Amino acid sequence: MIRATHELHDRRWGRNFGLGLILLAFVAIVFGMTIVKVGKGEDVLGTGMVNQEAGQ
Amino acid sequence: MSDTSLHSISRSAEPELKDYFALLKPRVMSLVVFTALVGLLVAPVPVHPFIVFTSVLFIAIGGGASGALNMWWDADIDRIMRRTAKRPIPAGKVSEGEALGLGLALSGLAVMMLALASNLVAAGLLAFTIFFYVVVYTMWLKRWTPQNIVIGGAAGAFPPMIGWAVATGGVSIESVLMFALIFIWTPPHFWALALFMKSDYDDAGVPMLTVTHGHDTTRKHILAYTVLLAICSLALAFTSIGGPVYLIAAVVLNFRFLVGAWKIYKRTTPQAEADVYGAEKRFFKLSLWYLFLHFTALLADATLRAFGLLGGWG
Repeated sequence: MIRATHELHDRRWGRNFGLGLILLAFVAIVFGMTIVKVGKGEDVLGTGMVNQEAGQ
Repeated sequence: MSDTSLHSISRSAEPELKDYFALLKPRVMSLVVFTALVGLLVAPVPVHPFIVFTSVLFIAIGGGASGALNMWWDADIDRIMRRTAKRPIPAGKVSEGEALGLGLALSGLAVMMLALASNLVAAGLLAFTIFFYVVVYTMWLKRWTPQNIVIGGAAGAFPPMIGWAVATGGVSIESVLMFALIFIWTPPHFWALALFMKSDYDDAGVPMLTVTHGHDTTRKHILAYTVLLAICSLALAFTSIGGPVYLIAAVVLNFRFLVGAWKIYKRTTPQAEADVYGAEKRFFKLSLWYLFLHFTALLADATLRAFGLLGGWG
């Protein structure tokens, strides 16, 4: 088992942390886009259900 | 990975996040962001601020992805040229395969997300831009013709057109003229730089006009493109996105740019060497302001229009 933290691990940690933040930001963007699109009544998934509901 | 291999990796073999970011050519991305944003904001159709943000972000990522693919393909000549030797691949920080993978993945992601955020026209234009820059320019024409800068300029000219398409879902005379403005601006901008920079493109086998046809021909080309540019720039003033601010800016900037191009045209290489390429350097510096102020003026007129003030022609 390796106990001492190698300098390589520090750099990898930084990279992984950065990538994690990017992925979180991506999730937030997709979520935000969905909210905006659904809020405008757009048919985000292209199912046609939004138009049907609007017509009822 | 075993402990043995982990310890045998040299520092240069373990890239950091910033090395991957450098593959995306951040400086080029800043121009992409600015022009795409202006193209989007001057369009007559209002867009939700979050969609503006995400669209510009994915246009920038698409531009960055094409930069990574460009670095992957050009790794051999980047190693030869001093200006590019510190890029992540020639510096040994990122492998060619990683650059290819990152470029392809981000290209797909950017086009797909732009389609979801805005529309298929904007996403299609982004996909074409990436294809044009990577395949047509980088792989095909860059090492083949001294007009490479002219063709490469087209790829950099698409962002405002994509921004416009995000808002309107189409292409119009306004977006075509914004495209033309950057497209025709690029050659005189780069050729002025090529005149006073000791370039090592020749060692790398990239045909630059200054090397293949000499400085005198390059000077003529700069003047010809500057005249064409002035026509395009002024034409944009009389479209729906033009206005008094843009017209004044265009008149002043084009006058100064034409004077600068004329001075460069009238000079000989010994004259230029005598004053250490002063006129060429001033022209290059002006070219940076030229593009920035043109797009800023468009934005200013759009803002005035939005507030019902004097901006715009109607």
